Amino acid sequence: MEFLVASAVGLLTAAGIYLVLRRRTFPVILGTSLLSYAVNVFLFASGRLASNAPPILNKYADVAYSDPLPQALVLTAIVISFGMTAVVVMVALGAYLSARNDNINMDDTAPAQGEDA
Amino acid sequence: MNHLLIAPIVLPALVAPFIIMALRYHIDLQRIFSLASNVLLVAIAMALAVQAADGTVQVYELGDWQAPFGIVLVLDRLSAMMVLLTTVLALAVNLYAVGSKWDERGANFHPLFLFQMMGIIGAFLTGDAFNLFVFFEVLLIASYGLMIHGGGARRFQAGVQYVVFNLLGSTLFLFALGTIYGVTGTLNLADLAVRVAELPAEDTALIRVGAIMLLLVFAIKASLLPLHFWLPASYANAPAPVAALFAIMTKVGAYSILRIYTLVFGPDVAVVEGLVDSWLLPAALLTVAIGAIGVLGSKEIGRLMSFGAITSVGTLLTAIALFTPEATAAALYYTVHSTLAAAALFLVADMVRQRQGDDIAPKPVMAQSGLISVLFFIAAIATAGMPPLSGFLGKLLILDAARDNTLAVWVWAVILTSSLITIMGFARAGTMIFWKSHGLPRDDSMAEPEIEVEHRHGGDGARTAPTPALPFVATFGLLAGLVALTLFAGPMMRYTSATANDLFAPQAYIETVLANRDRPVSDPDPDEAADYNAGQDSASEAAAEESN
Repeated sequence: MEFLVASAVGLLTAAGIYLVLRRRTFPVILGTSLLSYAVNVFLFASGRLASNAPPILNKYADVAYSDPLPQALVLTAIVISFGMTAVVVMVALGAYLSARNDNINMDDTAPAQGEDA
Repeated sequence: MNHLLIAPIVLPALVAPFIIMALRYHIDLQRIFSLASNVLLVAIAMALAVQAADGTVQVYELGDWQAPFGIVLVLDRLSAMMVLLTTVLALAVNLYAVGSKWDERGANFHPLFLFQMMGIIGAFLTGDAFNLFVFFEVLLIASYGLMIHGGGARRFQAGVQYVVFNLLGSTLFLFALGTIYGVTGTLNLADLAVRVAELPAEDTALIRVGAIMLLLVFAIKASLLPLHFWLPASYANAPAPVAALFAIMTKVGAYSILRIYTLVFGPDVAVVEGLVDSWLLPAALLTVAIGAIGVLGSKEIGRLMSFGAITSVGTLLTAIALFTPEATAAALYYTVHSTLAAAALFLVADMVRQRQGDDIAPKPVMAQSGLISVLFFIAAIATAGMPPLSGFLGKLLILDAARDNTLAVWVWAVILTSSLITIMGFARAGTMIFWKSHGLPRDDSMAEPEIEVEHRHGGDGARTAPTPALPFVATFGLLAGLVALTLFAGPMMRYTSATANDLFAPQAYIETVLANRDRPVSDPDPDEAADYNAGQDSASEAAAEESN
């Protein structure tokens, strides 16, 4: 399971970074979303991976439990990244509609719409 | 617990939604509520500063959960000073925004402004690393809204860059927090300090990675080279009052570096030895140099001011990177100075832009040219670090504190040379904007400021329609703050020296935060345990019967 989770985080991060380095806003936004998925899984794993264990410490018996804190952190992180993605989509849409151009850089000599980025 | 500690976070959190929901279409009432709560925040911050001035550390346990299990807010000299600086700066900026009617150019300026203050103040007060992340997000999401306030293609495009860059920074922040939590099992700063110091010396790889990632996050916020690319475009295209408020945002990054790398990953913590000090100082010096070159090379006044802000944050980080109490005291003094000076510069830049556009080029004489040029002159010499203002004192203190460092020659050379280049850059811009315009024939068709006549502003030889006085009051207020900082440099330095000594001897902070750590939670009751075990047994028996 560790190998699966670790490679999933690595793959998502790699894909996210690749997309973030693209020129148009749409792939960049997809890239930030992928990165936020990657970081959510990573945060989850930071409390150690345990399956079929309740997130409750048992004070009478020494039984396996999963760390509840990363779960709370992930929940917060999911909410925040979801909100941020919504904001970046709206801002990018605003930029596209007002400039008729969805290049991420502000260079005025950038290739016009339709050319391959 | 002292509930005043949470008041500067709760107040904007209550007023901002109230403005959105109840006062949406009443700009005058919005202004009244926004300014009134801002004044109240200044008063609260002053009360907090008085309470913290004697060096006591106060802890506010949210929900009465003791640290390290719950989130704590911590008030010490450093956070009290930063909160006070934030509220005072915000008050001046708020006055400017109201006076220049920037707040009318788009929806929801005042709620966003209050949310932004809430995030900044929260970041300064929190004693928990994940809570720091949350407050970073609060201030960022408000700043996204403020950044694109008023709209326009360039502003939206700069906004996209700004949002994406900061989203990446937030992701990196989470990666860093996950790594640190994975190693130490805590995110409370005081508890982290204890546990990082206890880590075995051979088990350091992960915590070092976490420490460096965290530094990168704060370097993005503080626009440290090579992570400064977002700043010039964002600040130059943001609405002027917003850019002026953003002057404190780079300081949030600098504050976080100072807090975390003295408290948690301090200079004498073995596991992260040689990580921060060897990187931060050269990067900070390069930031100073790039900023100075940018000031000299800028063609637009907005970019000029942005690079001025980069230079000053580079100087500040240079002082922090020395990691000695003397240098930190100088850095804190310079923090106050550079925040006020940068904000004043952005406001002056906006006055020029409102009247004659963004290019640095001779144009027909603008309205109130004399008054604005005086403001520009004062703000420019303060930023460049010329005597007699506090910029000079701040740089002098930093240079003096760098004397014992092995890189002292570099620090002196870079800061002094870049000061010279900055002076030249500002002199060139000032000459172009204010002097050369007098040689041009006066052109009345040039667009006059489209500002409604509200207050009569006489006596300064204004040649055109009178303009509101409030923007000038706000800018003069900031500059008066600089003058006060110069006049009261002695008491101020005593305060910052005491703060720096606190930072490098964090035992009091750690002990106060963790004082209640062993407060008993109800002890296991033997009867209850017996009942529980009996219940378990019967449950498992039942399950066994069922499976049979």
